[in-house]
Amino acid sequence: MTVPGAWYLVLAAVLFGIGATGLLVRRNVLVMFMCIELMLNAVNLTFVTFARLLDDIGGQASVFFVLVVAAAEVVVGLAIIVAMFRRRAAATADEIHILKG
Amino acid sequence: MDAAYAILALPLLGTAILLFGGRRTGDPASGWIATAMAVGSFVATVVVWASLLGHSAASRTVHKGLFTWIPVGSLHVSFGLQLDPLSLTWALFSSGVGSLITLYSIGYMKGDSSYGRFFFYMNLFLFSMLVLVLADSYLFSFVGWEGVGYCSYGLIGFWFERNSAAVAAKKAFVTNRIGDFGFMIALFMMFGHFHSFNYSTVLAPLASGRLTLAGATATGLALMLFLGAVGKSAQIPLYMWLPDAMEGPTPVSALIHAATMVTAGVYLVARSAPILHFSPSAQWVVASIGAATALLAATIACGQDDIKRVLAYSTISQLGYMFLGEGSGDYGAGIFHTVMHAFFKALLFLGAGAVIHALHDEQDMKKMGGLWKYLPVSSWTFLAGFLALSAIPPFDGFWSKDAILAAAWHKSPALWAVGVVTAALTAYYMSRQFVLVFGGKARWVDRAAEHGAAGHEAGGHAGGRPHEAPPVMTVPLVILAVGSTVGWLMNAPFAGLNFLERWLAPVFPARIAPSFAVATGTKWAIGTVATAFAILGLVAGLSAWRRTAERPALEPAVLAHAWYIDETVSAAASGPLARLASGVSFGVDAGLVDGLVNGVGRLAAQSGRQLRRFQTGYVRNYALGIGIGAAAILAYLATRMGG
Repeated sequence: MTVPGAWYLVLAAVLFGIGATGLLVRRNVLVMFMCIELMLNAVNLTFVTFARLLDDIGGQASVFFVLVVAAAEVVVGLAIIVAMFRRRAAATADEIHILKG
Repeated sequence: MDAAYAILALPLLGTAILLFGGRRTGDPASGWIATAMAVGSFVATVVVWASLLGHSAASRTVHKGLFTWIPVGSLHVSFGLQLDPLSLTWALFSSGVGSLITLYSIGYMKGDSSYGRFFFYMNLFLFSMLVLVLADSYLFSFVGWEGVGYCSYGLIGFWFERNSAAVAAKKAFVTNRIGDFGFMIALFMMFGHFHSFNYSTVLAPLASGRLTLAGATATGLALMLFLGAVGKSAQIPLYMWLPDAMEGPTPVSALIHAATMVTAGVYLVARSAPILHFSPSAQWVVASIGAATALLAATIACGQDDIKRVLAYSTISQLGYMFLGEGSGDYGAGIFHTVMHAFFKALLFLGAGAVIHALHDEQDMKKMGGLWKYLPVSSWTFLAGFLALSAIPPFDGFWSKDAILAAAWHKSPALWAVGVVTAALTAYYMSRQFVLVFGGKARWVDRAAEHGAAGHEAGGHAGGRPHEAPPVMTVPLVILAVGSTVGWLMNAPFAGLNFLERWLAPVFPARIAPSFAVATGTKWAIGTVATAFAILGLVAGLSAWRRTAERPALEPAVLAHAWYIDETVSAAASGPLARLASGVSFGVDAGLVDGLVNGVGRLAAQSGRQLRRFQTGYVRNYALGIGIGAAAILAYLATRMGG
């Protein structure tokens, strides 16, 4: 049996919603980071789904770009987080607001 | 003809030398440098004059262009000289009399701590005046005009450590600025109408009849130019600065009053004769202001005690005569009087300087007297100047004043009557001055008797009885005295001897200055009446002041205070005007203008302070903002695509 394309899209939307909500409500920087990854992969899932539904390889190709960017983002983001943890024991996102106007 | 450049270059060179090396050249080398440059300039002027004489009368206007100064669109202002009989006349007596005054200053300024600075200004003054008269356009002339104003400021305030001198310099400058304002308005009007400032494009077509000028334009232009002349030549209502200009060293007074500066206004009006021609009302204004100033200043001069102040008011009065002559349409007479006045007024001021010098800076005539036997050269030369100014025949003043009075008679007997009364007053105050200074008993303190031998230790002229000035000062006096006595021969009103008139004729063709003939009999009558009045004044002055220096009845306070005009002006300026100014300054400027500017700034700051609150620094707020934004864009796109 084949799973209908719409189901994939619904799954992607749910994953994206979970990620967005987590990003907004959680304080832990690491968890927020994982939420961002979740959102990115939800988007990847939509790309792949549409690629299959429309029979267009362009969607698959976009996913590779997103993966590369996500990998780069993880490197930079984790480096920042590690640096933050070195300076203070428990780092939450609300503690780093010295850039407020 | 290339000597024309030297006329300007030499004083400028002297200025540069004294500016950069004045301190090093010092006393007396600075003075000799300045004198050499001034004399060189005079010689160059004479050379140019002689070569102009070689031309035929009609072609005596020569242009010497240097370069284009301001090329903007259709406006081309050239840096050039116009050599014609009018400018050459002025250049001749300015540089000639100026040279003598510079020479005299070598002796007068001896020992002054700022010797070099003085001569720097003297040369710059002469240079500016020569630029003013030799320029070939109104705009270039204005450069010299302003230069003269600046130099007068520097020289009147030469002893700026004295408060009165600093104030007088400021007063002269500010009063002159009012006149300059008129000149500038005239320049703007001129550009609006002619699109040019050059004499050759503005005045020549008017003079030759190729162009006419509407009455209103001519009147506006002429009156604005005359306002400039009023400021520079100290006429009503801008004459107040000239008496205060006495705060400068005496040679400066001579230079300002005789050779340069104040005659610039007379020059400007004479130069603008083609414009004036199209406005009879402006001519009336010029003549009336001249006559009124002549009379007013003469009355004030009768009540002054300061030897230089009498002469200052007399200058104002004589300048009034010059404008009376020009306004009456006889430019030749006005210019003739200007030249004669340059001789005898320079002589009188330098003579007064010699007296002041001899009496150790005493300027009060009531503390002089009996100087005849101590200062023989000064006395005799001063006598010549006194008789010339009093218009006693056959001295200079008689001939030139007579020509002006004849023109005034032709214009209106009322103007003539004012002129004659002024002539009597002139003779009166000059004879009063002469007997107070040189005649009667000595009222000065005999320093020799007071200090004994001690007075001599301080130096050559720091003590002892009054003694004659050194030759460097008396030689100019003698030359000027000769000029005051026989100078009128350059324009004797007899057949064939009116050289000056014929020399100037090409500048004032009959088209713009219609010649008028005053009958010979009338001329004789005018001359006789004027002379009678002058002698009357002379006798009155001599008999009233020969025996005593105290006649309060003849010196009412109102005259000594110059009709309280100065006091009224300063009361008005410091009272209502000052309140108006501070109202404008604090009310309009600080309140409205500054308020607007500050308001704009405050608005920006306030809105920034409010907008700042959006930047909380919390990541989730930004994330929420991005989310909402993305959702909004998506919703927008979705509706558009759906529709």
